[in-house]
Amino acid sequence: MLQDNACGPRMDRQAADMTTDPELARAQKFIDALPHAQALGMRVCGLGDGHAAISMPWDARLVGDPETGVIHGGAVSALMDTCAGAAVMSHPSAPMSTATLDLRIDYMRPATPGQAITARAECWHVTRSVAFVRAVATDEDESRPVATATGAFTVEKLGAAS
Amino acid sequence: MNRPRPEPVQVIKTRRDAALERLVGGVPYIAFLGIRFERHGDELTAVLPYADELIGNPVLPALHGGVTAAFLETAAIVELAWSRMWGLIEAGTPEAQAEAEARPNWPRTIDFTVDYLRSGLPRDAYARARINRSGRRYASVHVEAWQDNRSRLFAQATGHFLMPGRDG
Repeated sequence: MLQDNACGPRMDRQAADMTTDPELARAQKFIDALPHAQALGMRVCGLGDGHAAISMPWDARLVGDPETGVIHGGAVSALMDTCAGAAVMSHPSAPMSTATLDLRIDYMRPATPGQAITARAECWHVTRSVAFVRAVATDEDESRPVATATGAFTVEKLGAAS
Repeated sequence: MNRPRPEPVQVIKTRRDAALERLVGGVPYIAFLGIRFERHGDELTAVLPYADELIGNPVLPALHGGVTAAFLETAAIVELAWSRMWGLIEAGTPEAQAEAEARPNWPRTIDFTVDYLRSGLPRDAYARARINRSGRRYASVHVEAWQDNRSRLFAQATGHFLMPGRDG
């Protein structure tokens, strides 16, 4: 797996380094090609071998409760889904494509307003047709998860019937 | 027979639509996704008009799975808050009306599970939520979403929510 060192509180400083890492730059290009991931400002900070780490900055447009400034759970879901899908695509079995079959999110606590949210996902088990993925989202306090997720994703191979 | 005359229909509609707008209008993320709510009596239908930035798979193309999850979760939370709001505005007492006009107190999602049945097409999507159980502290809500045909769901979801007004 590539070093997952560009996430979390150090993201801004490390984001500059990403341009020097061709693997991450390629992964970022892939994410930027997904219109909704781009709309949410997602940054890839680690990808490879069935693991992914993706960060999403705090943004006033994503707030779910204006009284508190807390990001809406739906935006966290979108981050988790993208990160889990990226983990599947980076698996050594090299799927051609993937789609979410099922995703469960547990919301542990509200994310702290003003802080980026980072999701880290890993493929727990991958069969010829299904990938089982787990993910955790944190804000700058990485010791207390904001949310966790488990999902089942399709694994689509070239020439295989779906 | 001195039953009071019912209020004019337009007065009732205006009051109900204003209550719905107070709930939904202040949430930036609902505006970000472009979700609208259509109301028939107390029944709400969430509408997600198609927009290019909702796409997650540009090859197919298909709606982003996260957009689908967010749309369903929004439909569930708004349904819960609306059912409380409806009770307040229909009670007809000044106290209930004052509470209905206070800032919305949103339920908090405990968990949310989305079942993706088919890929979301690049078209408008619709969702309706059903509250299966609403207790003092916890609620369980089921949501169904479709595009062209009401009977061909493209996603469904179940979530549990912590009701407001009590310490979590």
